[in-house]
Amino acid sequence: MTNKTLDKIKKGTYFTIEKLPSGIIKVQLIRLGISEGDTIFCLERLPGGTIIVQKNRQEIAIGFELAKLISVKIKIS
Amino acid sequence: MKDIIAHKEHHHHPENILDQGVPGGIQKIVLAGNPNVGKSLFFNFLSGTYVDVSNFPGTTVSITKGFYKNSEVYDTPGVYGVSSFNDEEKVARDIILEADIVINVVNSLHLERDLFLTLQLIDMGKKMCVFLNFSDELKKRKIKINAEKLSELLGVPVYETSAVKKIGFDKLDEAISTSKIGIQPDGLHHVLHETLNRVGSQAEALLITEGDEFVAARHDIPCGSGDDREFIYIERRNRVNEIVSTVEREDSSKGLFFNALGKYSLNPLTGIPILVVMLTILYFFIGDFVSQRVVNFTEKTIGKKYFEYYLKSYVANFTPSEITVSLKDEPDPAKKKRVYVFKDNLKEDVRKEQEFKHISRDENAVVDFTFSNPIAKILFGEFGIISMTITYLIFLLLPLVAAFYFAMALLEDSGYLPRLATMLDRMMNKIGLNGRAVIPIMLGFGCVTMAAITTRLLGSEREKTIATAILMYVIPCSAQLAVIAVLLSGAGVLPLLIYVTVIFSTLVIISTTLNKFLPGQSTPLLIDLPIMRLPRLDNAFKKTFFRTYGFMKEASVWFFVGALAVGILDITGMLTVFQNILAPVTIHWLKLPKEAATAFVMGVVRRDFGAAGLFGLNLSPMQITVALITITLFVPCIAAFIIMIKERGMKEGLIIWFSAWIFAFVIGGIVAQIII
Repeated sequence: MTNKTLDKIKKGTYFTIEKLPSGIIKVQLIRLGISEGDTIFCLERLPGGTIIVQKNRQEIAIGFELAKLISVKIKIS
Repeated sequence: MKDIIAHKEHHHHPENILDQGVPGGIQKIVLAGNPNVGKSLFFNFLSGTYVDVSNFPGTTVSITKGFYKNSEVYDTPGVYGVSSFNDEEKVARDIILEADIVINVVNSLHLERDLFLTLQLIDMGKKMCVFLNFSDELKKRKIKINAEKLSELLGVPVYETSAVKKIGFDKLDEAISTSKIGIQPDGLHHVLHETLNRVGSQAEALLITEGDEFVAARHDIPCGSGDDREFIYIERRNRVNEIVSTVEREDSSKGLFFNALGKYSLNPLTGIPILVVMLTILYFFIGDFVSQRVVNFTEKTIGKKYFEYYLKSYVANFTPSEITVSLKDEPDPAKKKRVYVFKDNLKEDVRKEQEFKHISRDENAVVDFTFSNPIAKILFGEFGIISMTITYLIFLLLPLVAAFYFAMALLEDSGYLPRLATMLDRMMNKIGLNGRAVIPIMLGFGCVTMAAITTRLLGSEREKTIATAILMYVIPCSAQLAVIAVLLSGAGVLPLLIYVTVIFSTLVIISTTLNKFLPGQSTPLLIDLPIMRLPRLDNAFKKTFFRTYGFMKEASVWFFVGALAVGILDITGMLTVFQNILAPVTIHWLKLPKEAATAFVMGVVRRDFGAAGLFGLNLSPMQITVALITITLFVPCIAAFIIMIKERGMKEGLIIWFSAWIFAFVIGGIVAQIII
């Protein structure tokens, strides 16, 4: 149970979202199905740091700069 | 719930009158849903016409209207929620606000994502029904959705459909007539109470409370704070999750569709080879097949040999003309080029007319008409508004654009494009863009004009500026690429290497400089990756047709305007003046023959005109390299220039356009000083 930002998450990890950046980007994340408290799976971590997460069947790509702003807590790795 | 209704009656909100159907007015049915849920197929079925409103490649944002029985039907761009974050949302928002009935199309596979919009529509107090699309895909993946239960929880009718297979469309009548206002959360009306009293519509009150500045401005009241929005959004998200966990059941995790190709195309290690394969196929289809073979036939044969020839020789019946017929393969120099002068018109000398017409029919004949009458020249001359523009638009641009849209439609339907954007995201970050910008830049290799329009899809003004600058400065369009390829392949390997290195470094330097000095911040990548699947051909054809039509409609006018401008330059002798002004730069600085200046001036009109002007000059390989670098960096064609002004404004457009002159001559010159 460690706190990190999303850009540090390894492939194949389940994590919960602790805090999202505020503003419009937060609203967009919530609409895509990523909100605080959700458990999400890190499907892929591309070289350079773009993160692909999966929630249920939905795959979402998150840019490195955005990933740095999302605090997460690792559940199972 | 009762509470809310009682509350509403008490206040007599005008919206309630709407809900009971507008007496005498026409009922407005609006289709709403997330991107790629199949709304357009519903619209197609209801109104009988095909529409194309697609989000990702940034087609023009527009609302399509049709009629179904006695109602108006509107299609909207796909959105994840009703608000004003971008143009698509604004367009969708306004039409949804006016709706009497909303048909909400939902992707059954992504219930968690899609129901967010559904609940927002319910909270807006709209009379509505829900269609769960892709129900056949659900069965394949062994997922079950309890539609009855969902209907009970939402308080609106819910139907299962497969729009592609036209299953479930028979329920549309029933759905429209049984549409109703859904179940709203208990606290909602109290939150909205105050705003509702001021604006009179629950839908607008909700949007204002959710912080929609545009709607608030309309009523001249302050909008809700970010906190209100967050509170409502999080509450709504929780409701969605709860509903989904109640109605959805997955029988087997093996039903999860795992598409290896989709996964491999994300990681640069495997993704770049996949991209290379894709680009190679694209090159053979567009670069080789369409822009060489097809366009050769349509432009040279149909356009020049038939359309322009018959048009111009008809015009020559009424006005003085000088006609030059050149025979390409004729060994006898005396016969190679013949000039026929008609001082009045063709009919003045029947024998001469017959001779010229006879020779012109030779397969290798190239016929050039010169009219001395200024009006004939402007309309039918070399840059004639009627002759050149029509050949250019219909016989050159149309096949190219159609081919490009077709390839894009296939890529888009397959779900590959968002993955490509994801893979290249980090690379694009370095030049101040995010992965999404790959789309306009890729399109630029087809047609810069078309690509300039698609920069609309980018998230901030800053990104739009950077992408437009890259397109206008360094990306050669397919018409120009063809000429460049021919010239470079004749010049050898070293010129090719120099050319690619210089152009690529210029791209990197210009975009990193812009990234560094342009104010503001670029938006980070955030896109959902649709499932990978085989694209459907019929759908791709339809998309191609409608987008090509849209493009031609938007761009055509500007081609006529551009041709008119150049025609006037030509007649007034300004074109020659330009050539003479450029001559010293051409000779001393670029170390090219004087005539190469013509190529640059022509390049203002059309980029490939410019490059093609270099063919007859007998240049050394290094001169070719310099000339091509200069031409590539030189200003975009007239059409692209005008679209750029339209999209990015007069000031930015002019800055980019004039600086392209400087970049082209400075960089071309430096290279010339080094290698020649």
